Amino acid sequence: MALQSLDIQRRSATTTPSPDIRQTTKVAKLIDVSKCIGCKACQAACMEWNDVRDEIGTCVGVYDNPPNLSADSWTVMRFSEVELEQGKLEWLIRKDGCMHCADPGCLKACPSPGAIIQYANGIVDFHEENCIGCGYCITGCPFNVPRISQKDNKAYKCTLCSDRVAVGMEPACIKACPTGALVFGSKDDMIHHAEGRITDLKERGYQNAGLYDPQGVGGTHVMYVLQHADKPELYHGLPKDPQISPLVSLWKGITKPLMSFGLGVVALAGFFHFVTVGPNEVKEEEDEKEDV
Amino acid sequence: MSKRPDLIQRYNASDRFNHWFVAITFILLALSGLALFHPAFFFFTNLLGGGPWTRILHPFIGVAMFAGFVGMMLRFWGDNHITENDRKWIRQVGDVINNREENLPPVGRYNAGQKYLFWTMVVCIGLLLITGVLIWQPYFAPYVPIVAVRLAVLVHALAAFVIIAGIIVHIYAAIWVKGSVRAMTRGTVTDAWARQHHLAWYRELKNKGSHGHDHY
Repeated sequence: MALQSLDIQRRSATTTPSPDIRQTTKVAKLIDVSKCIGCKACQAACMEWNDVRDEIGTCVGVYDNPPNLSADSWTVMRFSEVELEQGKLEWLIRKDGCMHCADPGCLKACPSPGAIIQYANGIVDFHEENCIGCGYCITGCPFNVPRISQKDNKAYKCTLCSDRVAVGMEPACIKACPTGALVFGSKDDMIHHAEGRITDLKERGYQNAGLYDPQGVGGTHVMYVLQHADKPELYHGLPKDPQISPLVSLWKGITKPLMSFGLGVVALAGFFHFVTVGPNEVKEEEDEKEDV
Repeated sequence: MSKRPDLIQRYNASDRFNHWFVAITFILLALSGLALFHPAFFFFTNLLGGGPWTRILHPFIGVAMFAGFVGMMLRFWGDNHITENDRKWIRQVGDVINNREENLPPVGRYNAGQKYLFWTMVVCIGLLLITGVLIWQPYFAPYVPIVAVRLAVLVHALAAFVIIAGIIVHIYAAIWVKGSVRAMTRGTVTDAWARQHHLAWYRELKNKGSHGHDHY
């Protein structure tokens, strides 16, 4: 076995299996939006662990800072003020970042072998040494997460601290969260934990509380407990039923073998035409040659 | 050089330069594009110096090819209008494939197959340029709405498939019809070649007088 702690379930632009015999537990990060106070300790911890610092921007009128994900900000808090009932303001704060889909659109679209890796535990990681900076991952992602760095033209996003998880530690954001809104463990344990939280929320009057684990992408290894699970769009545009765009599924799906085969057929048709029907010769010159 | 009174000029030096410029850029684009399209072809990135260099250079070479192709369009547009004779030629494509040219209507400078390739290239290269700009990282793609980028990558791949298939046919036809390649490498074809494959064009040249001839 090579010197790696995590087996590989899927690898970008690779048609044959990678080493994957170890049966590891699938992990998940659970984000309980009802417990989040928007303190941004998770943003700070992510920056500290990964040694990334973003540009200092300007205030855009809300608490979002930085205002968007970037190659230097792999997680950001999204603040949404909603008024579902008259006079009842709800301040919904969602930690945005990679959802670590079970069926990753970024991996499907990526043309560079080994640039995007899905580990056996569910983590989807970018291996930037192999990244060519084409941006296809952005077309594949249903959540608009990957960002290309202007400095090195490579794509970056949350790694779910694959390096920490590989040695049995929890991700940096989990460690820093002061309220326990962020918890980490096996996906089964996280679903069980979420069920407890949802029961609690329903008792407090949130009838539509639920778990966000979208099946359109095969489920995700980052899940949300939402007070209003019936309206995920309230949480700064979290998509209700995300899936990989059918344009991308087509482009990197059936068209690949079909078009490659098609070109092969055209080339071979020419060759076989030549050896059966033969070249088209200029008859006058042929006649002249025979006379000589 | 000995004199060859039986040679007619089909393409002058400027035509040939234009064509081979477009051909070379096309090969580089087709191979680098296939590398980005299908993992089995990823090794073609070595042609341009690796993955990142392929991503960097492919769009620039694309713009160069487009510029070169505009030159070709300006030169050959007038000779490629589809006529009733072309439709007859298409209906008799069996005769074409089986080298039974005597049954076909007289062909001008370009036969129907060549004309359809010309128009296919006009459409495909136009699509490839527009969609290519929409998906061009890092200069343009960040400012294009994601739905447009997704549509553009798909159309780019489909147009590329059509044009690569068309050029494979174009290259094969040049090899299959003996005496054709020299038209684009030396600029000349034999009298007999012209009479057999492009009789109407040959007659046009003859009627114009002897300035259609180059003596080699």
